[in-house]
Amino acid sequence: MDQIAIPTEWPERVTREWAFGGSTGGGVGVCILDSGVDGAHPRVGGLESAVVISLDENEDVVTEADMEGDVSGHGTACAGIVRDVAPEAAISSVRVLGSNSKGSGAALLAGLRYAVEQGFDVINMSLSTTKKPFASTLHELADSAYFRRTVLVASAHNMPVESYPWRFSSVISVGSHEDPDPLAFFYNPNPPVEFFGRGVNVAVPWLGGRTVTASGNSFATPHLSGICALILSKHPELTPFQLKSVLYLTATNVGGGGQ
Amino acid sequence: MNGKPDLQAAVAAGVVGSEESFRALLGAIVEVARSIFGATASSILLLDAETDELVFEAVVGEGEDTLIGTRFPAQTGIAGWVLATRTPLVIEDVQNDPRFARDVAEDTGYVPKGMMAAPLLYDEDALGVLYVLDRPENTLFSLQEMELLGLFAHQAAIAVDLLLKARRAERILREDGDELGVVAKLAATMDSLEDARRDAGFRLLRDLASTLGALNS
Repeated sequence: MDQIAIPTEWPERVTREWAFGGSTGGGVGVCILDSGVDGAHPRVGGLESAVVISLDENEDVVTEADMEGDVSGHGTACAGIVRDVAPEAAISSVRVLGSNSKGSGAALLAGLRYAVEQGFDVINMSLSTTKKPFASTLHELADSAYFRRTVLVASAHNMPVESYPWRFSSVISVGSHEDPDPLAFFYNPNPPVEFFGRGVNVAVPWLGGRTVTASGNSFATPHLSGICALILSKHPELTPFQLKSVLYLTATNVGGGGQ
Repeated sequence: MNGKPDLQAAVAAGVVGSEESFRALLGAIVEVARSIFGATASSILLLDAETDELVFEAVVGEGEDTLIGTRFPAQTGIAGWVLATRTPLVIEDVQNDPRFARDVAEDTGYVPKGMMAAPLLYDEDALGVLYVLDRPENTLFSLQEMELLGLFAHQAAIAVDLLLKARRAERILREDGDELGVVAKLAATMDSLEDARRDAGFRLLRDLASTLGALNS
């Protein structure tokens, strides 16, 4: 029985105060798997590490230090949102875009594999692929992350197409709500999308030190990643299953509305 | 030549719409996109997989006289992100900064303050990107518009898929020369015949198919 003792003292009622009250995200590693991140942007405030994953002409995976930074602005926006929500989280960038659009699906897989191997606590994936041949490998990677206590937070698709990895039950999938509160998030009783985070008219950092207003599920996702970082900072022993349960219990429309 | 699929493409080339009619369809799509979002401009960019570039195929509003045919690398910028990640996004409140939407700005001098961009997804492929530029100022973007953008891009993707199939069929005909050209012309002619002659034509074709053993297989 000792082997299955639960290491966390669970309160009678899980509240937001218990879950992440007073947390700043310190000690939690968050990976932004995206277009790169401009670590010098004041709203990002530095990075722990930055690598770029690409495929060479023989389709072998190449992992290098990322000297170029963000190739679109999107990764910087996601990093800025995580920084806003969890100011002391350790943010790293794994860039999987910008080398060749043909190989973008393969680079995404290789980047995710790299991020899982690095043991980040949270991986923010504001992107998806529609390529069916990649689905089974992505599924294995998502499960592998789940059992290694790495939480994959993935953007849901709001277009009528099949895409991955957000549909897998081992990830936390995120759609958008319109509430301007960055800590407001809702549980969706009609999956496959599991949670809704702030994703409409969000002021985010962009290239060149600028700030723009952005909307899309890809901006709701880092809000949930930041909230996961807050919870894991206070309760580092939580498994992804327990973390998801805490998210459910503290969702604005479940138990977290008036807390 | 790859055998049966090329012959089917040749028959299709004879009877499906022309490049012009599909271009007109894409033009109508961007016109409606601009209208439903109350935007200043809208465009469709298609991926040229051989050169890994995005090409403006249909434009309405700013740049409609100059942008069509313009290309830029498919891996960077907002369109590049949308294409590679299969994910729509909306960026607004960009203050007159030419680095933003450089693809549009460099050829027209028109610098949008905001853009909606959605991938054109058909089956497993990302075919291109739909842009809607400069929604009305002082109006907040809504979740409802996000849904609409996704649905509208899906419809546009179906039209783009038809255009690409028609182009492929025409290319096969061009490259193959006479052999498939005969099949395409025959299909086009059959398609345009009035009923009586069409029936007679089909009887002849069935006899030919029977002689060649096609009906036994």
